[in-house]
Amino acid sequence: MTSSAISVIILLLSLAAFAAGRQRSLATVGGRRSDLHSLPRHYGYFAASLVILPSTLILVLWLTFGDFVLERMTMNSIPEGAVATEGVEDHLVLNRVRIAVDQGDRVEKDPTILAAAKFYREAHGEAVWVTFAAALLAGLAGLAFALKATSPEFRARNKVETIMRVVLIACSTLAVLTTVGIVASLLFESLRFFQQVPISEFLFGLKWSPQTALRADQVGSSGAFGAVPLFAGTLLISLLAMAVAGPIGLLAAIYLTQYASGRVRAVAKPALEILAGVPTVVYGFFAALTIAPLFRDMGLSVGLDIASESALAAGVVMGIMIIPFVSSLSDDAITAVPRSLSDGSLALGATPSETIRKVILPAALPGIVGAFLLAVSRAVGETMIVVMAAGMQPNLTANPFEAVTTVTVQIVALLTGDQEFDSAKTLSAFALGLVLFVVTLFFNMIAIRVVRKYREIYD
Amino acid sequence: MTTPSKIDSPTLWDSKEMQRRTARRYRQERIFRAAGLGAVAISALFLVVLLGNIISQGTGGFFQTYIETEVELPVKVLGDPRTMTPEEFANSVRRANMLGLVAKSLEETFPEVTSRSEKRALIKIFSTGVRGQLAQFVTENPNVVGTRQKLWLLASDDIDQVVKGNIDTETDEGDRRVSDRELAWLQKLEDAGRVDVKFHTTFLTSGDSRNPEMAGVWGAVVGSALTLFVTLILAFPVGVLTAIYLEEFAPQNRFTDFLEININNLAAVPSIVFGLLGLAVFIGTMHLPRSAPLVGGFTLALMTLPTIIIASRAAIKAVPPSIRDAARGLGASPMQVIFHHVLPLAMPGILTGTIIGMAQALGETAPLLMIGMVAFIVDIPSGITGAATALPVQVYLWADSPERAFAEKTSAAIMVLLFFLIMMNAVAIKLRQKFERKW
Repeated sequence: MTSSAISVIILLLSLAAFAAGRQRSLATVGGRRSDLHSLPRHYGYFAASLVILPSTLILVLWLTFGDFVLERMTMNSIPEGAVATEGVEDHLVLNRVRIAVDQGDRVEKDPTILAAAKFYREAHGEAVWVTFAAALLAGLAGLAFALKATSPEFRARNKVETIMRVVLIACSTLAVLTTVGIVASLLFESLRFFQQVPISEFLFGLKWSPQTALRADQVGSSGAFGAVPLFAGTLLISLLAMAVAGPIGLLAAIYLTQYASGRVRAVAKPALEILAGVPTVVYGFFAALTIAPLFRDMGLSVGLDIASESALAAGVVMGIMIIPFVSSLSDDAITAVPRSLSDGSLALGATPSETIRKVILPAALPGIVGAFLLAVSRAVGETMIVVMAAGMQPNLTANPFEAVTTVTVQIVALLTGDQEFDSAKTLSAFALGLVLFVVTLFFNMIAIRVVRKYREIYD
Repeated sequence: MTTPSKIDSPTLWDSKEMQRRTARRYRQERIFRAAGLGAVAISALFLVVLLGNIISQGTGGFFQTYIETEVELPVKVLGDPRTMTPEEFANSVRRANMLGLVAKSLEETFPEVTSRSEKRALIKIFSTGVRGQLAQFVTENPNVVGTRQKLWLLASDDIDQVVKGNIDTETDEGDRRVSDRELAWLQKLEDAGRVDVKFHTTFLTSGDSRNPEMAGVWGAVVGSALTLFVTLILAFPVGVLTAIYLEEFAPQNRFTDFLEININNLAAVPSIVFGLLGLAVFIGTMHLPRSAPLVGGFTLALMTLPTIIIASRAAIKAVPPSIRDAARGLGASPMQVIFHHVLPLAMPGILTGTIIGMAQALGETAPLLMIGMVAFIVDIPSGITGAATALPVQVYLWADSPERAFAEKTSAAIMVLLFFLIMMNAVAIKLRQKFERKW
């Protein structure tokens, strides 16, 4: 593995640079440390960071953009008007080149494509070495510069601290970069999808069957990408989940904050936290193998026909998963209500439950609404429970006893297994992801807004 | 406030109406309180049912049925260990027809089975893993060649499920996977005391398999460990440095506000969206290897980053300003204040938050499905760029398998997963208790 080898080499080089910088600083003052502006190790840090930063930067740039540049070059290397590329879109040609790079001439027979693949392979091999050499050279240049700069007057500590500050800022922009990455990748792929399928059909179409043809001339090749059944299914399951988690979570929070003794609280709160810490795949397994058959048998005994992958089972189990989420957030909102309010109410002769319903809950309402909204956004984005317990059939129904499918289930179904990047089928998953991202973001923003805007400021 | 018109003022507290009203209000109070208690009780019940269900199903997954057989181990079939080098002997053992030896020993036990098809059915009460089991036994003990040995050999998954009582033998023969004929054979073996359910170390030491009786979680555990290692390497330094910047250096401006909102929003983005990001960026753009812990670790790192940042900020904020003032007063630079004083004091809180973030990452499945860590992989993964699977994904894969025996393997794998989660959380709690300081 050449890339791990180069990482190790750079790491070793930076260690050597640390030692060299340190030695050098001591040598310039003949071992009298007090003559130096900074501690010897600061000179070491300075040298090491001048080695590691530029070379890492080059490697990261190569990793991020290298392939893109190489692919452009490969495309340009294909002669204009070659038979294989006549009237075919660029990315389809690129796909064939990529397959040819991986598998040689086993599948690909066209000489133009094979030549392009050969060009790519050679260019890739050269580019790897060029990048590694450049990284190494940048590191060595940094080291040389650091050693040259080292002198008793050189303010190494201040320089190191400046570098450190830049590193801190760089780290905090990674969070922004993640968001940008999410938005960019979702948008980019979605736009490609909407070139093939009109956005109105996607958002308002009633039929979802994402089969696309293997060959262009196949009969019945056009799949249907109307996502309304998926939205409806997601909504149904989320509503079922909230119907379970909302009342139970809120009542549990009320009981634990207002009535429970310290002992009960000390046991019940961690129990709820355990419920929150159980991985969702475990809930999915529980829903599929225990709850769903249970509901089906119960339905049979009263003459109801409940599908074995009913929305009900998935919704109820998802509700169980969300209970701790609702209860802990409501708990915070209720505890934030000042004691003087409830004391006043109790002093006027209201019973505790009247105090809770008429004084505490209205005061805590923004927080509780926020908690519910966050819980809904959690339910909408939840994947494993529905993948394992809800069905695959895109049913447009409000009947919880039937099987429905959700946005997340379809994303998983579309993207697991072998896939190519350019079919409408694969791209539709990114469009669904975009919808999911926007909806959950919307719920979160509203939740935060509600809490901020309507929070009563006491004291 | 409107006064109820029925009651004349001054209020007659001992009037019938008032007493009825009071009684009603107290009844409402009791109902409300009972509802609250009920909600807590239901949540607790869910927890007990969930865990009880997993444990009662999963315990069986750690055990497997073995059948005792007396196997002849002839030199003719296995090769002579005295005239061969160990490698040659191992090779010749690997090539030997082990199932034939087992079939021969079964012939002695069941002389009534004569037809070819019945014999073929008879050998099916053993797992195909018997081949490897016998080969290993013979390679490790070369001196058994030429003797007869009483051995406990692995039964097939269907027989195992019958012995454990998971297959209802009362139902119609066509409805179950085990025929009446096989049940009769099993009964004969059981009567002879030659069937036993034993602890099955293979489950904890081997990789995945198509046969439930030979499948193990070790491959998935190693895959999870490699993935979490990558996650930790990336998310911990970046998260802590971000928290330091935001808490200690960031000026109060629009960019900082934007950063904070951004981090809070990232914490609430569904995990599957991170999977899509990983697929599009790490695999689609950077062409990193699919199904590899490297990509899984990157994806999970981006997902756990907000958790670590938020926890680290809280921990840094909890260090009192007097510490910073004292250090500044003694001439430390801002960086020295942070790295020599604030950070060490905040470290327990930061580590607690990191462990909790790691525990979340360990339980996460959906993003790993997106980046293809969902393949069937038999080998134990050896590096971060090879194909691997993770523990929760293994649970997902087994839960999807049709074999009845995989249900208990799934529960057992969940028990392993929960064990690691509990350990991580216990460490986090201990850390918090041990180093928590009140200033």
